Amino acid sequence: MAKLTIDMPHVGESVTEAVIGKWLVSPGDTIRRYDPLVEVVTDKVNMEVPAPRDGKIVGLLVSEGETVQMGAAIAEMEVEGVVAEQKPAAVPSGDGTSPEVPSVQAASRVGSMIVGANVGPTGGEFTDTSLQADQSAAPTAGTTASSVGTRRGRRNRTDSGARMSPVVRRLADRHGIDVSQLTGSGSGGRVTKRDVEAYLEATEAVAALTTKRADEVVEPSPIRRMIAENMSRSFREIPHAWGVIEVDVSGMVAYRNANLERVQRSTGRRLTYLPIVLHHVARALSTHRRLNSSWIDGKVVLKGAVNVGVAVASEQGLVVPVVRGAGGLSLEETVSEVARIVDGARSGKLQLEDVKGGTFTLNNTGALGSILGGAIINYPQAAILTTESVVKRPVVVATPDGGEAIAIRSMMNMCLSFDHRIIDGAEALAFMNDVKERLESMSQGDQSR
Amino acid sequence: MTEMTLIEAVRETLRSEMRRDPDIFMMGEDIGPRGGVFLASEGFIEEFGGDRVMNTPLAESSIIGIALGAAVNGMRPVAEIQFADFVWPAINQLVGEAARVRYGTNGGKTAPMTVRVPYGGGVRGGLYHSQSIEVLFAHTPGLQVIAPATPYDARGLLRSAIRSNDPTIFLEHKRTYRLVRGEAPDEEYLEPIGKADIKRAGSDVTLVTYGLMLHHSLQAADMVSQTDGIEAEIVDLRTLRPIDAETVLDSVSRTGRAIIVQEDTGAVSVSSEVSAIIAQEGFFDLDAPVMRVTPPEIPPMPFSPLQEAEFMPSPDRIAAAIKQLAEI
Repeated sequence: MAKLTIDMPHVGESVTEAVIGKWLVSPGDTIRRYDPLVEVVTDKVNMEVPAPRDGKIVGLLVSEGETVQMGAAIAEMEVEGVVAEQKPAAVPSGDGTSPEVPSVQAASRVGSMIVGANVGPTGGEFTDTSLQADQSAAPTAGTTASSVGTRRGRRNRTDSGARMSPVVRRLADRHGIDVSQLTGSGSGGRVTKRDVEAYLEATEAVAALTTKRADEVVEPSPIRRMIAENMSRSFREIPHAWGVIEVDVSGMVAYRNANLERVQRSTGRRLTYLPIVLHHVARALSTHRRLNSSWIDGKVVLKGAVNVGVAVASEQGLVVPVVRGAGGLSLEETVSEVARIVDGARSGKLQLEDVKGGTFTLNNTGALGSILGGAIINYPQAAILTTESVVKRPVVVATPDGGEAIAIRSMMNMCLSFDHRIIDGAEALAFMNDVKERLESMSQGDQSR
Repeated sequence: MTEMTLIEAVRETLRSEMRRDPDIFMMGEDIGPRGGVFLASEGFIEEFGGDRVMNTPLAESSIIGIALGAAVNGMRPVAEIQFADFVWPAINQLVGEAARVRYGTNGGKTAPMTVRVPYGGGVRGGLYHSQSIEVLFAHTPGLQVIAPATPYDARGLLRSAIRSNDPTIFLEHKRTYRLVRGEAPDEEYLEPIGKADIKRAGSDVTLVTYGLMLHHSLQAADMVSQTDGIEAEIVDLRTLRPIDAETVLDSVSRTGRAIIVQEDTGAVSVSSEVSAIIAQEGFFDLDAPVMRVTPPEIPPMPFSPLQEAEFMPSPDRIAAAIKQLAEI
C-alpha cells in the first residue's frame, strides 16, 4: 500500500482558489477511481473532484467551508501499488496567488473535471458525453458479439444462439427482441441483421394495427440533465421570494424607435429593449450591491464585477451567456455585446468565457408573450429579473393642470425573484424602483445614453 | 460529352490549366520533347515553351525541392515523378518540408504544388516500375493524396489539385492510363478533394477501394450479382488523405458488411485505416467482421506474369471474398 495525496485540481487560468463545499466521502471509505470525493465552489464553476485511483480514504486535510488554493492538498488516500513521485503538498498561501505548480507525472495528478458534472450554461465547460454514455451502456464487443473470425479454426462454429453481431445486438436491445427466438439465415444458423429487420417489419406492421401510443421514456441530454440539476439545487437551497412592479416604458419605446437607425448605423445591430433594460439594470446593480451577490457557506459575497447573464432559449436548452463588466459599458457597447452573445448562444458558438462568472441574470420572458412570471434564481446568484411583454394599456396619468386623465401608455411588468437569505423585500423593491425610475426617465430625444 | 482514356483526361486537364493560369509550370524527367514517358505532356513544349515545360535531370529530390521553392513563392508547379518507384529520394522534400509549410509558418505560407505520380502494377513492370507508394503520403498530415480511377474523376480532381493551395500527391494508376475509357466532359468542372464516390449502389456488402482495384471490384460485383444475387455497393475513395469517413460509414450502416480492396500490401495501409474507422465509428452497424483483400506481404510486385497476376487482387478473388462475407 502506498499513500497518495489528492490535490485540488486547477480548473482554469484565472481561478486561484475554491471553497470546499461538502465532503462526499469520509476517512475509511473505500473508493473507486472517478468516484466523486468532494463538492467545491469557485467563482467560475461548481464541481466535484473525482478520485484519482481506487483505494481507501485515510484523511481529509481541509474542512467544509474552508478556502483552499488550487493545487493544494485536500485529502490523503491509500492505494495499491506504487505512487508516482509527488510534489510536496502546497500550503494555502492566503495571498491570493496560485502556487507555482511543477509538472508532476500525470498519474499522480487529479487534474480533470468530471465531465458533465454540474457545469455548463452558468459556468464551466460543457462536453457532450452522450456518445460515451451510449457506448458504455452498449454491449461490450469481444465477449459475446461476433466472434466469427476468418482465421482458421473459427469458421466452422455453429453456435447460432450465442453469436450476435454488433448490429444485431444493438437492434435486439433497442427493440427488445429475444434473438434466440428467431430463425437465422447466416452461417451456422446465425441471426443476421436482415433476419432482425425482416422480423421487425413483420411485427411492427401487426403492432401498428393493435397498439396505442405508449408512454415514452426519453433520456435527457447532458445539458438538460445539467439544467435540471441546477434548477433543483437553486430551488432546494435558496428561499425564493418574489416581487412584481409595473413600469411605464412609453419613453423607452419612443427612445428606441427614434434611435433605431442611428444605433443600426453605429453598431450594425438592431436596438431592442433587452440591451436597454440590461444597461440600466447594470447601473442599478452597482449601487444595490446585495442584489449582485452570492450566499456562499453562510456568508454574503458581494461581487466586485457586474456580469449580467441573459437567459437564451437555444436549441439544446436554456443557456445563460454573460455580458461581462456590464456596468461599465455604454448603451451601444451593450447592444453589440448582447447581440453577440445571444447570436453565439443560438448558433452554439459560445466560448467558455461567455458563460462563466455571471453575477445576476436578466430574463426577457416578454419576448415570448409572458406578462408575469416567477423565475428560478440562477444558482448561486442572488436574484433574477424578468422583463415581461410591453403592452399598451389605459392608465390614469397626472395632467399638467393638476388633474387626472386616462391615457394610452406602453406598460411593462418587471418580476424579481430574490434570495431572501440575502435580500429583504424593501431592498428588492428599492432596486426595482431604481430600475423603474431609470427606464421611465428615458425620452425620445435622449441622445446622451 | 467527350469520351477519352485516363491518360488523355490527364493531358487535356494539364493543357487547359496551363492555358488558364500562367503561374502553372511543369517539371519532370523527359516531359519536354519526349512528352513524358506516358505522353502526358505530348506537344506541350511546342505550345508552352521550355520555360513552362522543363526537362530535369534524374534528380527527384531536386524536382520536388525546386517545385516547393517556386510554390512557396507564388507559382503553381506541377511536378512529374516519372514512376512512383523513383519518388523515394524526394521524401524529405515532400514529407519533411512541403507538408509542413502551412503549419510551420503559422498559416503565413502555403505550397500550392501538385506532384503527379504514375504508380501501380499489372503492367509487367517488375520490381522497379510497379509499386504502390500511397501509404507513406496518406500517413502524412499536411499533404493531400488523390487517386482517381476514372477519366471523369481524373479531370475534376486534377483541376482541384492544381488549384488547391496545399501540396497534393496526385496518383495516376499506370494500368488505368489506357485501359479505362470514360466520359470526361470538356467543360470546366471540379470534383471535391476528400469526397468519396459511390460507383455502384448495392444493399448487401460495401466494397471500399480506389485506383485500378475499383475496376476489378466492379467486375467482381457484377459476377456475384449474376451468380448469387449479392448486390455490392462500391465506394471509390478517390482521395486517400483526407479519407471521406462519412461516405464509408454511411454505406456500412446500410449494408452491415465491409470489404476493403487494395493493390498495396495490407499491413499498416489505407485498408488498415478504413478498417479502423469502421471499427471505431461503425461498430454497432456491423453484421460481420471487416474483411480485406490485399496482396501477399512480399516486398515488390513480381515480374513473372503468372506471379504478377497472383499478386494483384483479381476480380475472382474479390468475388470469392464478397461471397464469403455475405454468407456469414
